[in-house]
Amino acid sequence: MGWISPRALNRLGMLNMNRRNVDYIARYNERASYPLVDNKLKTKLVVAEYGVKTPRLLQVVREQHEISHFREMAEDLAGFAIKPAKGSGGKGITVITGRDGDEYIKGSGVRVNAGYLERHLTNILAGLYSLAGTPDVAIVENLVQSEPTLARYSHQGVPDIRIVVFRGYPVMAMLRVATTASDGKANLHQGAIGVGLDLGSGRGLNAVQFNRPTLLHPDTGLALENIQISDWELMLEMAARCYEATGLGYMGVDLVVDANEGPLLLELNARPGLAIQMANGQGLLPRLKTIEKLKRPHFTPQERAEFAMATFAARA
Amino acid sequence: MTNPSRIPFYVAVLLLIGAGISLAIWRHMELGIPWLAGEQRPVWMVEARIDFDSNNGPVLASLNVPEQPPGFSIISEQAASPGYGFSIVGKNGNRRAEWTKRDVVGPQTLYFKAQFVPSDRDRPDLSARKPRAHDVFWEEPQATAVREILDQARERSSTPESMTREVIRLMRPDGANQNTALLASDGDNISLLVKMLNHAGIPARTADGLRLEDARRRQQLMPFLQIYNGSRWLTFDPKTGEQGLPDNLLLWREGSASLLDVVGGDNSRVSFSMLRQTVPALQLATMQSKSNSLGYLGFYELPIEEQSMFRLLLLLPLGAFVVAFMRMLIGIRTSGTFMPVLIAVAFVQTALIPGLVAFVAIVAIGLLMRGYLSSLNLLLVSRISALIILVIFITAGLSVFGYQMGFNTGMTVTFFPMVIIAWTIERMSILWEEEGVREVLIQGTGSLFVAVCAYLLMSIPLSGHLTFNFPELHLVILGLILLMGQYTGYKLTELRRFSPMKVYD
Ligand SMILES: Nc1ncnc2c1ncn2[C@@H]1O[C@H](COP(=O)(O)OP(=O)(O)O)[C@@H](O)[C@H]1O
Ligand SMILES: [Mg+2]
Repeated sequence: MGWISPRALNRLGMLNMNRRNVDYIARYNERASYPLVDNKLKTKLVVAEYGVKTPRLLQVVREQHEISHFREMAEDLAGFAIKPAKGSGGKGITVITGRDGDEYIKGSGVRVNAGYLERHLTNILAGLYSLAGTPDVAIVENLVQSEPTLARYSHQGVPDIRIVVFRGYPVMAMLRVATTASDGKANLHQGAIGVGLDLGSGRGLNAVQFNRPTLLHPDTGLALENIQISDWELMLEMAARCYEATGLGYMGVDLVVDANEGPLLLELNARPGLAIQMANGQGLLPRLKTIEKLKRPHFTPQERAEFAMATFAARA
Repeated sequence: MTNPSRIPFYVAVLLLIGAGISLAIWRHMELGIPWLAGEQRPVWMVEARIDFDSNNGPVLASLNVPEQPPGFSIISEQAASPGYGFSIVGKNGNRRAEWTKRDVVGPQTLYFKAQFVPSDRDRPDLSARKPRAHDVFWEEPQATAVREILDQARERSSTPESMTREVIRLMRPDGANQNTALLASDGDNISLLVKMLNHAGIPARTADGLRLEDARRRQQLMPFLQIYNGSRWLTFDPKTGEQGLPDNLLLWREGSASLLDVVGGDNSRVSFSMLRQTVPALQLATMQSKSNSLGYLGFYELPIEEQSMFRLLLLLPLGAFVVAFMRMLIGIRTSGTFMPVLIAVAFVQTALIPGLVAFVAIVAIGLLMRGYLSSLNLLLVSRISALIILVIFITAGLSVFGYQMGFNTGMTVTFFPMVIIAWTIERMSILWEEEGVREVLIQGTGSLFVAVCAYLLMSIPLSGHLTFNFPELHLVILGLILLMGQYTGYKLTELRRFSPMKVYD
């Protein structure tokens, strides 16, 4: 792998961890807004007021005794996802994609029974997956059925789209698709593929796996550069709208495209990672500075999304 | 990118660092706390030996002892004389060691020992009133001789100092001057000088000095002349007229009081022997601060047990510094932010290798047991609690095992922070399940590496010495940590992580 000189990184405008924390997160994100994004339930409720759709909430399990209602509720559901409200990094998320009699089929194909899911709920309530182990609540939400053109690229799991939004402007985007190496999870450091997306068009630009550039999906053999996200402008606008909902100046917006419902917000992140730069082959700093220098910011999410599409489009 | 709003911050940090350093320097100069742990300082041990023959009855022996000799400070005094009552009495220019005993028979020997350290601190003026020259009456023909010599000297001088030098020069017994020959006929040159100077209106007195040379015995005091120049006492060599004290000269007695009085004895003599010793500078500083009570020396006032606890506590900031450095500048990932510091503190008590072995063993056994616990599907709190108890069992087991194998270090394993270890095990095992062994190894070795670095820094004797004796240096550490928090450059590990970006450059 080798090393890269700080000067080269500066030339590329690579944002690093310390600067992200000091100059962007600490400066533009108010602490008081953190609970909004660190708690997926709160996120769901608050963005709904601003017209941003999320997967339909089926049940909230807050107390141990409510777990018994879960069995009744899940009785005739074909697919759903159980998540800890305060989880992060995919921890504690169980996705059920189908039924086989009394058994539930997980996304990975493993069959489990209702008792397993109830124990899982118990663990979530006890805070096993929340930061610092504080007690948590469990969310049961509708299964997202990935839009087929995108689903082709992913080994299991739903590909999601990460958009970094700075002061309400989308500044960079990438698509994350799971691979066998990442065990169906869309986590880059576990081997998922990150595909940088052109903000102007929603087309694939450049792809990396394990931080190295790749051209084809290792499992499906599809060319990653041909990816084209539909409803791109709408997605950028949804991302921009989350700024109004949370007030966070620097955040990551995770969207998925559902086959039936179109783009949905999956979660927000107040400390978005830096790997998006590697997927795009570009640093974030020049774009962030462009936004910082704006004399008169745009007021509506739509205007901001349009501005971003025009300003940050890839030059052909 | 510099933001104007950060300037006050930098000023504050610089002030903090400056305050820490200058306070430390001030305390070093004022209290003599050494920078280095093993520093040694010379100390003179002077022993005064008094011999006399008793008159077979009660005895009171009283020896003038120094109070604040110029150029030295006293760090200890003691008397060795069996059967005698002893005390030190008096102040302000006449401080005396007194021995008393009711029935004394035969020749007697008394000892008085004191330790002196060279010091360049100014001594405060002890006398409340300004000394005045006392009147002296001369008979003829001495009166005329004195007047003539003084007139001669006054003509060639302008200040009390130069006047004194002139008088000494004129009184030198080289036979050239008739007046001198007349006056010096009764022998005692120095008391004559004192009388003459007082007559000339300059307060003058005698003093006795001791030349300090290593391992000398049976030394006698040498007489010196002192005059008061209006603001302080100055010392002159009565033979050469040289002003000031030679190096290594200890003024034992100053002023008009007698050196030795023995009531109830004859033939009394005093002689001195001396020895050059070295003592640790730190010990000296503590002794001095105790004796003059103004030098507050921080933690030495506490009971020993508390002191050793503070010693450890005061090392913690160093560990925090290492963690901050490793995480913010190097970019090493650790499991739990400050877990490495606590582990490092435990290492300080167990020593490195046994500590490492014990720690890895405890965590490894704990991980195995936790694997079983997770199959029980317990609630989190009860699982952690169970883990804490298990960790205690493992530690106890290791201690007993270590003890029976003949390693004493088994016992000190109990210094490990049990709760922290239990959490570490819990986190590691979740990490294992979700991210795989690789991540566990990365974070585990990262934590251990940082812990070992922190340990190495904390275990340098100098760190312990500086943090404990100059607690104000923690302000410097605080300042540096604050500065590091402002570092927005690339971490070392990022230069590697981002290296694939080379293709886009
Ligand atoms: N409702 C859902 N339907 C299907 N898959 C989901 C659903 N919610 C989450 N997932 C899967 O779980 C992953 C992580 O979910 P996310 O909400 O981003 O939580 P985290 O904060 O843990 O990353 C997503 O990338 C997606 O693959
Ligand atoms: Mg996510």
